[in-house]
Amino acid sequence: MWDWFHRLGSPKYFYGFAGALVPWLAGLCVILFAVGLYLGLVIAPSDYQQGDSYRIIFVHVPSAWMSMFVYVLMAIFAAIGLIWRVKLTAILATASAPIGASFTFLALATGSIWGKPMWGTWWVWDARLTSELILFFLYLGFIALQTAIPDRQTAWRAASILLLVGVVNIPIIHYSVDWWYTLHQPATITKFDTPSIHLSMLIPLLIMAVAFKVFYITVLLSRARAEILDRERKTHWVQDLVRSEQI
Amino acid sequence: MRRRRRNRLLMVVFLVLGIGVAVAFTLNAFRQNILFFFTPSQVVGGEAPLGHPFRIGGLVAENSVQRSEGSLEIHFQVTDTVNSVKVVYEGILPDLFREGQGIVTKGTLDPTGVFVASEVLAKHDENYMPPEAEHALKAAQTLKDN
Repeated sequence: MWDWFHRLGSPKYFYGFAGALVPWLAGLCVILFAVGLYLGLVIAPSDYQQGDSYRIIFVHVPSAWMSMFVYVLMAIFAAIGLIWRVKLTAILATASAPIGASFTFLALATGSIWGKPMWGTWWVWDARLTSELILFFLYLGFIALQTAIPDRQTAWRAASILLLVGVVNIPIIHYSVDWWYTLHQPATITKFDTPSIHLSMLIPLLIMAVAFKVFYITVLLSRARAEILDRERKTHWVQDLVRSEQI
Repeated sequence: MRRRRRNRLLMVVFLVLGIGVAVAFTLNAFRQNILFFFTPSQVVGGEAPLGHPFRIGGLVAENSVQRSEGSLEIHFQVTDTVNSVKVVYEGILPDLFREGQGIVTKGTLDPTGVFVASEVLAKHDENYMPPEAEHALKAAQTLKDN
């Protein structure tokens, strides 16, 4: 088990492993999205107050969850990278950043589209919305910092520290609606009480959440493979690979 | 080598904890400014600023909404079930605006104690259910009340 884990840490082994996994995950992802969207947009009943407008939660909520999940994962990669100097952590975090930024953008955009008819405004500077916007800037900051420093190792170390500093924002986003009066409503599902959402709406939402997660892993693995090829382009195994592909 | 690794682990832990504590103190110090709105009780108690705009959050009191003929002007009371504040507003209301609905409104308090609103936003609650479930819930509630 440990041995397998150690081998997985080597870019060469990971490249093959990820390559074998991607088609399966992509297939699973398409199925989950099809089922989740069908149940959410067609089968689920409309809401007692919002009518059909509430259906945007099937995209908004999973992407908001993912925006935080991806960030936490990147921060864990940063900690592992700083402490144990595992090569793969830099690759995985670098590959994750644009995906996480996209999820954050999607959460902000869909929230805004929903906010206009329901709240009566596109945007308010309440604690939840502001902290989510800061998360978006943290992603952009990470990407910018890493591309600004030419030496890859220095870049990754500096960016890791940014990731660890920014992780403080995650509990703020999650608890903002409980700590302060905000316009954004408190949590529906992630509370210890029973969820305040009807089962017929909860099931598609959870399927969509899993679909988003599988989507993330699929894209992460493909992006990580490209990143590995780029970083290891001087090694023998990559050059052998390229040569054999050309023939 | 082990020792260096342990030092790096400690460094990461202190970094995260240190930033966490610093941010916690800062947010605590700015507590008042992060509040998005005041409650009607705070307004009645004189905690809200006079003379410059602020927000009130609460429920639209039952049977308090008065629309006027021929204009978009609307009068209603916003309440936290203990105290309430009179609000006057002229403009387009969000879809969710109705009696009993949570709202956040921005404006200024005039000398007579009426809140002149420039913006009314609906605050959505965290409940999602189909209309039938809501009927069932209401029926059960009236059964319990009787």
